[in-house]
Amino acid sequence: MSFKIVVLAKQVPDTANVTQDAMKEDGTVNRAVLPVIFNPDDLHALEMALSVKDKIKGSEVILLTMGPVRATEIIREALFRGADRGYLLTDRRFAGSDTLATSYALSMAIKKLWPVDLVFTGRQAIDGDTAQVGPQTAEKLGLSQITYAEKLIDIDDSSITIKRRLGRGIEIIKAPLPCLITVNQSAPRCRFRNAKLVMKYKRAASISELQERNEDYYQLFENKPYLKIDEWGVEDINADVNWLGLSGSPTKVKKIENVVFKAKENLILSDNDNDIDNLMKTLINSHIIG
Amino acid sequence: MNSIFVYCELTEEKNIADVSLELCSKGRKLANQLDVQLEAIVIGDVDEGIASQLSPYGVDVVHLAQDNRLFPYQTLPHAAIMIDLIKNEKPQIAIIGATPIGRDLAPRVASALRCGLTADCTELAIGSHVEPKTQKEYKNLLLQIRPAFGGNIIATIINPETRPQMATVREGVMKKEIVSTTYNTKISKVDIGKILKPEHFILQIIERHVEAQKINIKNANIIVAGGYGMGSKENFQMLFEFAKLIGAEVGASRAAVDAGFTESERQIGQTGVTVRPKLYIACGISGAVQHRAGMAESATIISINTDPKAPINEIADYVIIGDVNSVIPKMIKFYKQNIK
Repeated sequence: MSFKIVVLAKQVPDTANVTQDAMKEDGTVNRAVLPVIFNPDDLHALEMALSVKDKIKGSEVILLTMGPVRATEIIREALFRGADRGYLLTDRRFAGSDTLATSYALSMAIKKLWPVDLVFTGRQAIDGDTAQVGPQTAEKLGLSQITYAEKLIDIDDSSITIKRRLGRGIEIIKAPLPCLITVNQSAPRCRFRNAKLVMKYKRAASISELQERNEDYYQLFENKPYLKIDEWGVEDINADVNWLGLSGSPTKVKKIENVVFKAKENLILSDNDNDIDNLMKTLINSHIIG
Repeated sequence: MNSIFVYCELTEEKNIADVSLELCSKGRKLANQLDVQLEAIVIGDVDEGIASQLSPYGVDVVHLAQDNRLFPYQTLPHAAIMIDLIKNEKPQIAIIGATPIGRDLAPRVASALRCGLTADCTELAIGSHVEPKTQKEYKNLLLQIRPAFGGNIIATIINPETRPQMATVREGVMKKEIVSTTYNTKISKVDIGKILKPEHFILQIIERHVEAQKINIKNANIIVAGGYGMGSKENFQMLFEFAKLIGAEVGASRAAVDAGFTESERQIGQTGVTVRPKLYIACGISGAVQHRAGMAESATIISINTDPKAPINEIADYVIIGDVNSVIPKMIKFYKQNIK
């Protein structure tokens, strides 16, 4: 018995470290100046997938991502950490997809990889924070879903048992396979890169990447086929273009604004006893406290 | 006319969750604007008595799906009932709390119905839209306003073509408002026998520990909130002493929660709860945009910070430049001496 496990991951701008120059005058985001990273929750998802592979020998972990050619970086990162192969969904016609269109594209790619036993993905991506793509992909595939997974409790040939983290508690759920699991940041951190795997996969690339660098890929992939990261477009996954990109996305952005808070006229106080006593007096006298 | 649906979540005690009542209040206003009915969906092992919790908020119809297998919440049966109801009743808007349950359920339902869904809205309004390319005008759309990009921008999202227009909304963002204590609410029982199938119950809950809500910072009149500037978990404890003394609740910034100073239930901001107390005392909180979004509407704001340039100071009424660890004890001392 061995499993085919798909990990859905996304390369995202590092929104936790957005600086002033990342925002353009018109309030839109200047993606060009933002560094990109492996979406944090998705790294936890990769770890959970790899831990299943540790337990069930011979299982295969496949990283699937949708994005521009640059997103191949996260596939390589996953290979360095123990994934077996990866696919990049890249096509101009995917651009502008909202969560519904994205989950459609991902589900069509997973169907192409079928039969699949398990799908893992991060709970949410830090650029949108919607947490919608996981459940929507599960629905499109007709799979059951376990959200907010924190710990892999058990896995056998027909079911998986997961501890999930809720707002004020936990649940332990046993689900028959196949199923889709979204992983929380409270789950175990992803293992580090493995030196041998880095040596093995450091030249792994997609054809588009090598073309951009004007490198000859024919010879490379002929000798070492495992270095080839496949790229899939709309036709490769048998997708209907009407359900992709802007036309396949029911949500539209009407307006984007900068966050502006009304600045108040404020009283600046020092931390000496007098200032603080006076403030406390004011608060007590105006019945705000006391 | 097509109504507005609110999915109502049940608490551990099988009452309607606060967030759902908040959404009913907002839903009532939207329904008045559109001149349509407000309808609530309750799925769980509760009887018709539950309607009495909803009617004060102006709910016209409660769709009740009652079965002991429907509590606690499970994705597949709840989604199946929601999908069936929406297909039959064709509401124009469906709103759901952005709780762990709502964020699990809403995308599943939206995907099955192939309709647009916006997560974590901070405001909902009715408005029109003209499509720039076609000049086609859409009237009475649901404007779904939410922070995006890590809270650095605010986006208005619309779903011009698909129905229902679906959105999730975080707890505390909308205000609970009673419309009438004698509001006439009808109950419509959902025939679950026709909807539910054995395959909706393939997941097995082996263990479950969910605690009732103990901390309720949302309804506190005074909040003493600590940030990373508190320095340590030990220093943070001082805030509890101060809060107890003045009858406040303790809140925290995300940085303080991430640093392990206190529990995540106390987190205020875009990824925590939204609060609007009478008095907000920000202790060692720099005031990232995500935090300010969750407390900027507080009536009076005091910021205690060593950094005069901390962003939170811009929205504060009083700014104390100093170390919280010396300022708070002085406040405690003054209070103890002057209030009995």
